[in-house]
Amino acid sequence: MVTAAGLAPLAALGARAAFGDALGWDLGANPIEEVSHETGIWALRFLVATLAVTPLRRFTGWSALAPQRRTLGLLAFGWATLHLLTYAVLDVGLDPETLREDLRERTYIALGFATWCGLVPLALTSTRAATRRLGARWVTLHRLAYLCAAGGVAHYFWLVKQDVGPPLAYGAVVAALLALRLAPRGRRGAPAARSAPGA
Amino acid sequence: MLIRTRREIPAREITDERLVLRRREFLAGAAGLLLAGCGPPAGAADRPDFGPGHPFRTNEAPTEYEKATGYNNFYEFGTDKEDPARLAGSLRTKPWSVAVEGEVAKPGSVPLEDLLRGLALEERVYRLRCVEAWSMVIPWRGVPLGSVLARLAPTSRAKWVSFETLFDPAQMPGQRTAILEWPYREALRIDEAMHPLTILATGMYGRDLPNQNGAPLRLVVPWKYGFKSIKSIVRIRLQETQPATTWHAEAPSEYGFYANVNPDVDHPRWSQRRERRIGELSRRPTLPFNGYADEVAGLYAGMDLAKHY
Repeated sequence: MVTAAGLAPLAALGARAAFGDALGWDLGANPIEEVSHETGIWALRFLVATLAVTPLRRFTGWSALAPQRRTLGLLAFGWATLHLLTYAVLDVGLDPETLREDLRERTYIALGFATWCGLVPLALTSTRAATRRLGARWVTLHRLAYLCAAGGVAHYFWLVKQDVGPPLAYGAVVAALLALRLAPRGRRGAPAARSAPGA
Repeated sequence: MLIRTRREIPAREITDERLVLRRREFLAGAAGLLLAGCGPPAGAADRPDFGPGHPFRTNEAPTEYEKATGYNNFYEFGTDKEDPARLAGSLRTKPWSVAVEGEVAKPGSVPLEDLLRGLALEERVYRLRCVEAWSMVIPWRGVPLGSVLARLAPTSRAKWVSFETLFDPAQMPGQRTAILEWPYREALRIDEAMHPLTILATGMYGRDLPNQNGAPLRLVVPWKYGFKSIKSIVRIRLQETQPATTWHAEAPSEYGFYANVNPDVDHPRWSQRRERRIGELSRRPTLPFNGYADEVAGLYAGMDLAKHY
C-alpha cells in the first residue's frame, strides 16, 4: 500500500509526459526541470517520512508506519536515484567533462551526489539479513539517514534562486524530527508513550 | 534593416504563424531527441540550419507562444513560473503613464500613447537568456529606447537611465511579500540605453504584450540576462550617478549591474556555460553577449567582465 503510494507520483509523471495535453496537466515549458524537481522533492519527502516513523510512534503511540519504514526508505532511495539519473542522463547527457566540472565546481551538485552516495549503504543494508548480520552497528549506520536528510535540504537550499521558503520548511521539519529523536525517552505516565521492542 | 510600420495583423495570419512556430519547434525538438545523450551538435552556436540572420531579427526558431507566455519570472505575481500567467489578470494596463524624471528637459508624467507617439513600431526577433540558464527566442514589437530618450532631451549630466516597475500589491499579489524589495528597479548606462538593439516593447508575436510578459511597456536588452529586461515600466529617470538595481541589491555576489551574458563568468552557484532553449531537450552552449558580441562588445572594451559581471 505504501509502495503504491510511493510509486503513484511516478505514474503521474509518466502520464504527464505522455498525455499531458489531453490531461490538461503537462510537464510545462521546461519538462526536464519539472521532472528533476519532482523526483528530488519526492526523495526528500520519503526520507523525511522515514525519520518521522519513530517519533510518531514514541509521541503518539501510532505505530502503523513502523513496519513500512524499510519501504519508505527504499522509496526515498529510488526517487533519489531517479533524480540523479534525470540530472546525469537527461540534463547533462552523460557528458563526462560536464559531470566532472559540475561535481568539482557546483556545491549544490556535489552535496546532492554525496547525499545519494550516503543513501546507497542504507539501501544495501535494508534487508532483514543485513539487520541480523550487523546487529548494533546497523543502528549506528542508519543514523546516516539524518545526515542524508540534512544533505538533501542543503542541496535544495543551495539551488533555489530566491524562494528559500520551501527548503527552509523541510529543514525545520528535519531539525524537529532530529530533536524529537534526541529527546529523552517517554517514561511511565508520559502521554500515549508505550515501550516497544527495538528502536 | 527592415522597419515595419504598424499595421493590423489579421487573426488568420496569427494562426498561421503559430502553426509555423509549432512545426519549427517540433523539428527542433525531434532533432534534440535524436541528439540527446550525444550533447549538442557541433557548431550549433553557428546555427548552420537557420543561418544567423540580422542581429535585429535572428533566424532561429521563435519559442512557441504558449511557452513564452506561460513560463515567466515575474515575482510580482508569484515565484512559480506558471504563476504570472495565472495571476496577472488583475493588472490594469489602461490607462498607463510613465513618470519621466531627472536629467531631462521637461520632467513629468507622460501617458503611454504620448511617449511613443509618431514612432514606428518595429519587429525585433531576439534571443532572451535568463540568468537561470534557460532561453527563448521572442519576436518583439517595439521602438528603440534611444528614440524615446532622444525626444525627452536628456541633459549632458545624464549618464545612466533607471527604470521602475509598478508597485501596487492590490494588482500584483506577489508584492504582498518581500521576496524582493519592491518596486522592481533596473538601469542601463546611457550608451547601453542608446544602443540600437535596446528597445521598449509593447507587443510580441504580432499582438499586445500579455500581462505576464510585462504589459503594457517593457524593456528588452537582448545581450544581458533577462532580469535586466524590466517589465510594466512606470518610471524612467535619467541621472548622473549609477542607479541601484533590484537583483544586484538583493544578492550582489550573484547578480551584477551589467549582467552581460557571459559563458566565462559563472553564477556563484551554477554554471553559465550552457543553457536550455525552451522547447529543446539538449542544452546548448551559451554565447558571449548572448550572440550579440559583434554589436555590443565594443561598449565594454577595456572593462574586466569578470569583475563587472
